[in-house]
Amino acid sequence: MSQPVTFVSRADALLGSKEAAAVVKGIRHFTEARDRVAAEFPIMDELRDRAQAIRLHALNHLDRLLAHFADEVTRLGGVVHFASDAEEANRIVAEILARTNSRLVVKSKSMVSEEIELNTHLEGEGVEVVETDLGEFIVQLAGDTPSHIIAPVLHLTRQDVGRLFHEKLGVEYTEDPTELNEIARTHLRKIFLEADAGISGVNMAIAESGSVVLVTNEGNGRLTTTAPRVHIALMGMERIVSRWEDAAVVLEVLARSATGQRLSVYTNVISGPRREGDPDGPEEVHVVIIDNGRSEILGGPTAEILACIRCGACLNVCPVFRTVGGHAYGTVYSGPVGSIVTPGLHGMEPWWELPYASTLCGACEEVCPVRIQIPSMLLQLREQAASEGRLPGWLNKGMSRYARTTTDPEKWRRAKKWASLLSAPVASKGWIRRIPGPGRGWTRYRDFPRPDSESFSEWWRSNRGS
Amino acid sequence: MEGPQVQLVVTCLVDALAPQVGRATLAALEAAGCQVDFPSGQTCCGQPAFNVGLNDDARKMAAHTLDVLDETEGPIVVPSGSCAQMIVHHYLELFESTDRAAQAERVAGRTRELTQFLVDDLGVESPASCDGCSVAYHYSCHGLRGIGLEGQADQLLENVDRVDLEGDKECCGFGGLFSVEMPAVSAAIMNEKLDRVEASGADTLVGGDISCLTHLAGGLRRRGSKIEVKHIAELLASGDK
Repeated sequence: MSQPVTFVSRADALLGSKEAAAVVKGIRHFTEARDRVAAEFPIMDELRDRAQAIRLHALNHLDRLLAHFADEVTRLGGVVHFASDAEEANRIVAEILARTNSRLVVKSKSMVSEEIELNTHLEGEGVEVVETDLGEFIVQLAGDTPSHIIAPVLHLTRQDVGRLFHEKLGVEYTEDPTELNEIARTHLRKIFLEADAGISGVNMAIAESGSVVLVTNEGNGRLTTTAPRVHIALMGMERIVSRWEDAAVVLEVLARSATGQRLSVYTNVISGPRREGDPDGPEEVHVVIIDNGRSEILGGPTAEILACIRCGACLNVCPVFRTVGGHAYGTVYSGPVGSIVTPGLHGMEPWWELPYASTLCGACEEVCPVRIQIPSMLLQLREQAASEGRLPGWLNKGMSRYARTTTDPEKWRRAKKWASLLSAPVASKGWIRRIPGPGRGWTRYRDFPRPDSESFSEWWRSNRGS
Repeated sequence: MEGPQVQLVVTCLVDALAPQVGRATLAALEAAGCQVDFPSGQTCCGQPAFNVGLNDDARKMAAHTLDVLDETEGPIVVPSGSCAQMIVHHYLELFESTDRAAQAERVAGRTRELTQFLVDDLGVESPASCDGCSVAYHYSCHGLRGIGLEGQADQLLENVDRVDLEGDKECCGFGGLFSVEMPAVSAAIMNEKLDRVEASGADTLVGGDISCLTHLAGGLRRRGSKIEVKHIAELLASGDK
């Protein structure tokens, strides 16, 4: 039985595309910057160890930390909501907006809101939602989807953005990044001031103080969470640390790994709603803590993927991601981390193929700021997929035949002989141009060496054997 | 001078597709003073099955390999970072808490990748030669990040004329059966690598893993390139041929 191999078809369609070329070009900036700041920071590796320990500690004490966090948020005058799935999370947000009579909502970047498809849901309720992160704003205008967890429009060029702004915002075409920025800024400023509510993600929640930490480079997060009357923060339930000192360590490795910055331009800490005497700030602060499949992951062999701090470094160094871009993955979380998170959140069907979209080169693990053993988790998911019978028949049968052959040296000897004999008529100068059957993918792009008529074992037997 | 007794494991790919690399590895080990034996009955370490998740098949192959190797003594030397990683790391996972765990530990503890063995264990300095060629070196991922090779190949190649290869520590796109299951993506990664190899000005591409090298050589041939592809063992043994 074989499933439709959707990653392959999406990836193949993207190969050589304008979009893939934009990804290659954009990503180099991230990897070079990341390598530079990691190299100039002698304690980077030590902080990675600490960040890993902090995140694993949080996962191991998640129930206690979330309860503590919820108490502190409440003490500060905020409201905490727990949502077991996307539907419940969307309903909670819609209810808050309805109760507070919020019709216009500004949003800063939030991957979990993409995961639960919040915008679609709210628009269905008649709420106008405006993305304010520049990349997300462009994605929304284009009716597109983000292709990278921290750089949503990695797949677009500034010419693409210039054309889009010209078409949708009625401004004159420009491809100058500063001018494009200014256009978005002017357009959004008005909306910020009119918005009834702001929705943000959460980079990290701090249990001991009930604070929510939000990092951005554009200042839109600060406006989203302070200008409107109501602020709703959405967080995956794993996005928590115990203490301020822990948050500091995570911040040190987060920006460096993500964009190669020492620190993001804005680090916002939100601790409850506006208090007496505060010059600004929202009247209501809500934190929606979302499970949506995370408990399932937490109980399984890939639990440690929840330590991820969403820096995107593993995407940037992944040879597969770099070649096809994030849209090939067909899901919000792409690249190596996404290939583990997605089947975990949404089930193996149809996502089991994502763990196979990797060469297992290990570059991801080498840069991961919290040292998640990504290749070994990909292998674990592959084992699960294989044991659930999801692999194509030729591979199952072929491998079990290969195992029978290679566990019997005499069969192995004969197999090599036959392979050499059978390939003789189709080989030229020791190379084969076309293999039929499942191996045809190889020879579509490369020649294959003809098995030698005298294997090394045979040579040894004739020349060195006693 | 009596050198150490070593067990040569050539890997299934070298055995069937690149026996010259097996002979070169043998020559390199002998040139370094080793007494080399070739444990008969060796076939495949099981990595192809393990990497696609067919762990029962992988365990059968691994068990066979363990039985063959556990009967022998002395260092086990493999001209492949990838297969060395399989034996050194993944066998321990495959047989964790089974009655083969101790056997897997024993064999893993004895297993070394070729350049690692020559440089770290024997202190060999810079014997590789490649007369008149200019060499680009591809550091295969599993050797580099899987078993932590670091500079051994550079030391062995010290007297060889090297060129800089951009992205020489990045993946070539092979990825085992990935190259067959997702061939277009694999080939796109490969072609970026080959563009860089061609841009480097090298006339010889050298690496330590015949799996990646087979993929790259097949790609170069398809592109009509004249760049030669060699396993580092072939440069180590070149004085001997």
